[in-house]
Amino acid sequence: MSHSDTLEALAAAGIPAPVKPLLSVEGLTRVYGKRIGCADVSFDLWPGEVLAIVGESGSGKTTLLNCISSRLTPTCGTVHYRMRDGASADIYKMAEAERRYLMRTDWGFVHQNSIDGLRMTVSAGANVGERLMAVGNRHYGNIRNTAIEWLSRVEIDEDRVDDQPRTFSGGMRQRLQIARNLVTEPRLVFMDEPTGGLDVSVQARLLDLLRGLVSDLGLAVIVVTHDLAVARLLSDRMIVMKEGRVIEAGLTDRVLDDPRAPYTQLLVSSILQV
Amino acid sequence: MNTLLVASEVKKTFIMHMRGGVELPVVANVSFSLKASSCAVLGGPSGVGKSSILKMLYGNYGTDSGQILVQHHGRHVDVASASPRMVLEIRRDTIGYVSQFLRAVPRVSALDVAAEPLLIRGVAQETAHERARELFAELNLPERLWSLPPATFSGGEQQRVNIARGFITDHPILLLDEPTASLDAANRAVVIDLIARKKAEGAALLGIFHDQDVRTAVADHVIDVSAFAAGKSAA
Ligand SMILES: Nc1ncnc2c1ncn2[C@@H]1O[C@H](COP(=O)(O)OP(=O)(O)OP(=O)(O)O)[C@@H](O)[C@H]1O
Ligand SMILES: Nc1ncnc2c1ncn2[C@@H]1O[C@H](COP(=O)(O)OP(=O)(O)OP(=O)(O)O)[C@@H](O)[C@H]1O
Ligand SMILES: [Mg+2]
Ligand SMILES: [Mg+2]
Repeated sequence: MSHSDTLEALAAAGIPAPVKPLLSVEGLTRVYGKRIGCADVSFDLWPGEVLAIVGESGSGKTTLLNCISSRLTPTCGTVHYRMRDGASADIYKMAEAERRYLMRTDWGFVHQNSIDGLRMTVSAGANVGERLMAVGNRHYGNIRNTAIEWLSRVEIDEDRVDDQPRTFSGGMRQRLQIARNLVTEPRLVFMDEPTGGLDVSVQARLLDLLRGLVSDLGLAVIVVTHDLAVARLLSDRMIVMKEGRVIEAGLTDRVLDDPRAPYTQLLVSSILQV
Repeated sequence: MNTLLVASEVKKTFIMHMRGGVELPVVANVSFSLKASSCAVLGGPSGVGKSSILKMLYGNYGTDSGQILVQHHGRHVDVASASPRMVLEIRRDTIGYVSQFLRAVPRVSALDVAAEPLLIRGVAQETAHERARELFAELNLPERLWSLPPATFSGGEQQRVNIARGFITDHPILLLDEPTASLDAANRAVVIDLIARKKAEGAALLGIFHDQDVRTAVADHVIDVSAFAAGKSAA
């Protein structure tokens, strides 16, 4: 029996095929001289799973996110990613070109500051189209139509397609970043404080949108946030960091409703209600 | 009769680090089982640990020691030590839970809140909404509320959305934390009827009910949580 026959037989019997982790992080450490960025972080992320990383300022959240997404080289530790063909690849042993391709197609990165995630002086449509061109799309009309489709999916009016993002509000820029990232149908999206710096009502709208997209597209997401309400709303699992280390991890509602570590209890008790 | 859940020697102590690490022993030696087609009720005074037990069974509270074995997809899984991913799978397919208060997600309609457990299981939206509408109608939730987010609903209206959400699936195990607390007599009777139907379908239910009339109507047996009270002298 071939592998696919086996899977079919399992599916026919109502038994889901065994799923393997999409991402495996092991012993990931990054030091800046004598200062610890993050230390000895390990976890698995499964397809479609949303993981929130929370912790106070300077606890190493961004460092960790950047090390996982290969934007920053770790001092030690490994990150394995399951490629679309099912093979597991060590992202730090990949050829540079292969890693770049992965980052532009199968991964997305939504930055806190839209200036880091958008090209401010090209049109909104071109911002979205750029990643399509990176995967080999050459037909201008198709690229433009897909871009318009994605803009409308993130609730940006079609008539803004030729405007530059510098003319957009903060909330619109974040939505444009999301469209730009999701257009290539990535399987894994990294987000660093995606709602940071936005008004509460704008945040709520962005969160609605993200929740919908994550469940419709079955995206795996690693989201860094200092806002426990965002973690509660978006994530399945949570990691709490302090001084570069993971001090508590688990199911999001378990961590928030029954926090164990002294620091997590402090964090949960410092907010009104989540 | 088929046993769907066995709790054995389950223990829970809260350590309050914000208050100098004081220990609050809640329950110890919690042992009971839940059988198909029956409804057990957790009894005991306020603060004795009834809700905490339900939350441990649902994986919402951690368990210090002991086991909570559930029959999940035909095998036994220990909720107390299961991975987060397994707990989510158990919630999706095996254990349903009606919490005491609805945690409303902003801007999500009552219909979507109630239909969500079916949507997560891959049921088509139209079918899931249809089922939610049936339950709302049965629970006398005014139709004008169905498409609104429950955040501004009254306590009793929110609770009925919560009940619909809990009863919409055919989970083999259903946990109920005071589902009737804010309901009038007519709607309490609806819930009693819903529970009876779940039992007839073969589910194992475990509930907390303050109203004596509801308890009398639904309980096959009562589990006295005072017997598990931790930290209290065994006088
Ligand atoms: N390039 C760098 N050089 C030296 N130290 C750095 C560098 N980047 C970060 N650090 C230090 O590493 C630690 C972790 O920083 P990081 O940016 O990961 O924190 P963070 O949790 O994302 O904080 P915030 O919530 O404020 O964004 C901090 O002590 C920070 O000062
Ligand atoms: N997350 C928590 N952190 C700290 N203490 C808690 C937590 N949850 C419950 N407790 C404490 O555990 C004890 C048992 O609470 P629980 O809610 O289980 O009681 P209960 O029997 O359901 O009471 P009631 O009938 O009033 O609902 C109480 O002293 C409560 O304060
Ligand atoms: Mg940061
Ligand atoms: Mg209670």
